[in-house]
Amino acid sequence: MITGLVGEGLAIRRGERLLFHDIELRLGAGAAVALTGPNGAGKTSLLRAIAGFIAPESGRIAFLGEAGELDPADARSRDTHFLGHQDGLKGHRTALDELVFQAGWTGGDEARALAAAAKFGLTRGLDLAVRQLSAGQRRRLALARLIASPRRLWLLDEPLAPLDARHRALFGDLAAQHLAGGGLLLAAVHDPLPYPARTLELGA
Amino acid sequence: MSAAWRLYRRELALAWSGGGGPLLALGFYAAIATLVPLAAGPSLQRLAGIAIAFPWIALALASLLSLERLFERDFEDGALDLLMLGPLPTEAMAAIKCLAQWSAVGAPLALAAPIAAATLGAPLAFAPMIVVVSAVGGFAFAFVGGLGAALALGSRRGGLIIAVIVLPLISPPVIFGGGALEAYAAGLPWRTGLLLLLAYALGAAALSPFFMAAACRNAAS
Repeated sequence: MITGLVGEGLAIRRGERLLFHDIELRLGAGAAVALTGPNGAGKTSLLRAIAGFIAPESGRIAFLGEAGELDPADARSRDTHFLGHQDGLKGHRTALDELVFQAGWTGGDEARALAAAAKFGLTRGLDLAVRQLSAGQRRRLALARLIASPRRLWLLDEPLAPLDARHRALFGDLAAQHLAGGGLLLAAVHDPLPYPARTLELGA
Repeated sequence: MSAAWRLYRRELALAWSGGGGPLLALGFYAAIATLVPLAAGPSLQRLAGIAIAFPWIALALASLLSLERLFERDFEDGALDLLMLGPLPTEAMAAIKCLAQWSAVGAPLALAAPIAAATLGAPLAFAPMIVVVSAVGGFAFAFVGGLGAALALGSRRGGLIIAVIVLPLISPPVIFGGGALEAYAAGLPWRTGLLLLLAYALGAAALSPFFMAAACRNAAS
């Protein structure tokens, strides 16, 4: 179980360009960090590096557990939720099918998936094809998997972009609950977050 | 329900709805059974000579048809990130995708193959052998095709690249299977061809997941 995330001296290069260097990141249980910075500063790349998709140019990423450092592959595949700016949903499948698969794949079950959908106000649209949903509804469906399967570390890339004010506040409540339960949250954002978070600015 | 079973069911549902599943197989063979006599002439004697070979070639080509969506769609809509952060190793994830691809496309094609062959004049007694060769061959095509699909991830004209990568790799199983079928029809020893085909299929299933996983990691980075 992840209780801490540490990044030391991180630098990421994409092609010829060094996006950032010497980034220090420390995140403990119950804490949230908001990644800010202009477009192209490397927020998405940092999130993808922590999720294990990109190898950093230099520096170290470590996942801490109660008994010391965790195996990174294990920590990522068992206890990390990654949600990029795409929702990862198939347009022609029903919202219910997609949510149940995504929740089950990451360790939840159908009952939890239905409860999560209800919390996000999605109960009525569940039998529609994903492509019939609005962008905000699709995002809520993708966010529902975060609470449908219990994983401690959330890596979110602009999670709130398509949401309206009411659902941003709702997500803020659910994120606060996750943090209160010992969760960790790292999100790339442009707008202020609806829950308390430290800020890490890239490209400053 | 285990994660592997969940993924298999999802992939099966995607292949069924996206690729047409058994309907595609039947449609493809219906086209072959109709077009071959039109192209080669209606002489029964001539058709009997190719009645077994044509469904076999059709199976190899039909296996290529729906490969483009195997990894590319998940890559485009972001689901590949989710699949790679799941409880299974990426190698197992890729293997399950190929297995589902075979169940949805290869297996129905294998069951329809003897019907297509019979329509062209092959004796009904050949049916079991045709089903076995087609099933084993389709298994090999699914894993080799998955390799091509993964390597073509993120490239434009992915379909063309898949065909170029896969063509040399499916030539050996086409030869083994075709040889076995021909020998069987002629009453000659056919076991060696079938065993070689089986060996190729198992080798492909054992090795290609590692290449597919590497290609997925490369595409995600």
